[in-house]
Amino acid sequence: MFNSSIEQIPRQELEALQLDRLKKALEAAQRTPFYKKQFSDNNIDVSKINSLSDLKKLPFTTKSDLRVSYPDGMCAVDRNVIVRMHASSGTTGKSTVIFYTRKDIEEWSSLVARGLYSSGIRSEDVFQNMMGYGLFTGGLGLHYGAEKLGCMIIPSATGNSLKQIQLIQDFKTTAVHITPSYALHLADVINGEGINPADLGIRRAVLGAEPYSEATRDKIQDIYGLKAYNNYGLSEMNGPGVAFECEELGGMHIWEDFYIPEIINPETGENLPDGETGELVITHINREAMPIFRYRTRDLTRIIPEPCRCGRTHKRIDRMKGRTDDMLIISGVNIFPSQIESVLMNIPEVGNNYQIVVDRENNLDKIHIKVELYSKMFHGDIKELDSLRKNITDLLKSTIIVTPKIELLEPGSLPPSTGKAVRVIDNRKI
Amino acid sequence: MPHQLSIFAENKPGKIEKITGIIAEGQINIRAVTISDAGDYGIIKLLVDNPERGFELLKSENIAVNLKEIIAVKIEDKIGGLHEISKVLRENNINVNDSYGFITEPKKEAVFIFQVADPIHAENILKKEGFSLLSDRELYLI
Ligand SMILES: [Zn+2]
Repeated sequence: MFNSSIEQIPRQELEALQLDRLKKALEAAQRTPFYKKQFSDNNIDVSKINSLSDLKKLPFTTKSDLRVSYPDGMCAVDRNVIVRMHASSGTTGKSTVIFYTRKDIEEWSSLVARGLYSSGIRSEDVFQNMMGYGLFTGGLGLHYGAEKLGCMIIPSATGNSLKQIQLIQDFKTTAVHITPSYALHLADVINGEGINPADLGIRRAVLGAEPYSEATRDKIQDIYGLKAYNNYGLSEMNGPGVAFECEELGGMHIWEDFYIPEIINPETGENLPDGETGELVITHINREAMPIFRYRTRDLTRIIPEPCRCGRTHKRIDRMKGRTDDMLIISGVNIFPSQIESVLMNIPEVGNNYQIVVDRENNLDKIHIKVELYSKMFHGDIKELDSLRKNITDLLKSTIIVTPKIELLEPGSLPPSTGKAVRVIDNRKI
Repeated sequence: MPHQLSIFAENKPGKIEKITGIIAEGQINIRAVTISDAGDYGIIKLLVDNPERGFELLKSENIAVNLKEIIAVKIEDKIGGLHEISKVLRENNINVNDSYGFITEPKKEAVFIFQVADPIHAENILKKEGFSLLSDRELYLI
C-alpha cells in the first residue's frame, strides 16, 4: 500500500479522526460568507456538532450554492495562501470555483498517489495522462498524483491521436489515464495504423471523467490487453482521487480520512442505510481553503457494506449507476443511459459509438438509438442486418422496458468522442 | 469463382456517390449495380472488374464491405431462358438469395447472377445440367 497506516486504520480510530477534522472544518467554515449565512439561517450552532451522526443536522450544499458563491464566497483562507484554483464550466450560468492551499495540493496529490497504487500503478510506470489539462481537474489532479507516486509522466493531454500513439511507442507507456470513450476511439485509430493495440505494452488504465458500463471496461481490457480500474472524483471534492478501485475490483474505496460519504433518497433528502442505492452526498473534512459540507453530487450509487479483502478499512462505493439529472424518464419509465450502453457493448456487431435521441411525437415519448455497424462483423447480407436490428431492439426492450427504434448507421458516421462523449440528445420540450 | 462487393449503406443522399467515387478513383470499372433496400439502410452490390482491390479500398475508408461469392450463368437471350435455370435450381432445392441479370452487347447474351448458401454445390449441379458458367476472369471482362 502507498500509506498502509492510514489505509488500514481501524474504523474506530478513523471515526475519531473524522470527527476531529469535521469540527475543525466547521470552525473554518464560519470564516466563509456562504456558510456563515447558511448556518445562521438554519440556526446551526457548530459547537453542538459533537458526533458524526450530528452531521445530518447540517443542510445540504448544492452546485447552485457554489455558483451563487462565485467567485470566492466559500473560501475560508486569505487570498495570499491560495496556490491554485480550478473551475468547472457550467453549461448554464457561472462556473464553480475550487481553491487550494499548498497543503491542500500536497494532500490531494498523496490521495491520488494512494489511489493509483491501489489500482496497481507503480513508480516504475510510464504514465501517459490523456486527460484535459487546465481549469478541469482531471489532468492536473492525476498528474500531481502520479508524480507523487514517482511515475514518469507524459503530459500528453487530449486529442491528436497519432501523436498519442507515437508517444506510447517511443516512450514505452505502461499506464494511461483516459476517458473510456477516447480509449475506444483511440483503439480504432491504432488499428487503422495497422497496429494491434494489445502489442503496445500498456498494462494499466485508469478510466475516468465519464460514466461507463462494466461491458465497456471489458471491451477496453480485451482490445488493449490491460487491466482497467475505475475511479471517482468531482471538482467540488478536489477532482479525481475521491475514490479508487483496488485490485480486488469490488467497488471504489472512498478515502474517509478526507471525505465523509452519505447516501440519501434524492427526492426526500433522507439518509439511506449502507447497501441501498441513492444519491451520494460528500463532506470534505480536510481542505483548508474550502470546506464543503454535505455536497449533493447528483451521482447515484450505494455504499458496499462488506469489508474489502484487500485489507483497506475505508468504505467502498459501487460503480455509479447514473446521475440524478442523467436519468431519462421515457413514457414514465426511469432509464439510465448506462443501461443502454451495457446492452450495446455486449453485441459484437455494434461499433463503439452510439447515440440516444429522445423525441416527443403526438404526446408520446419516442426513443431512438443510433448505433454503428462494426465493419468487421458485416457479412454482406441484408437479412442478417434485419435480424441484428431486431435482436438489438429485443435485448434493449428487455432491459429498459420501452421499445426503442434502432437505427443502424455506417461505421464512423457518429461523431467520435474525444472527451466527454455526448451520448444523449433529448429533444423534448417539457 | 467470381465475387461481388456487398456494401452496407444508410439510405441517405450522397451515399452511393461516395462509394462510386472511391471505386472510380481506384480505376475500377463497375459492371453492374443492384441495391436492396430495407428502409433506413440497404445493401449496395457492385459487380466490378477488380473486386479484391475494390474491397481493400472501401475497407480502408472504414466502409462496411464484404466480398461475396457469386454464380454467373450464361443464358440464351430468348423466351424461357431464365425459366430453365430456375427450374433446375428449384429441383435441386437451391435457394437463390439475391439475383439479377443483364444482357451483354453486342453478343446478345444474357448473364444471370445470384448468391446461394453453398456456391460450390450449386456450381456443380449447374455444370452437370449443361449450363455455361462464367469464371471470374470472363465475368469481369465482359
Ligand atoms: Zn479493497
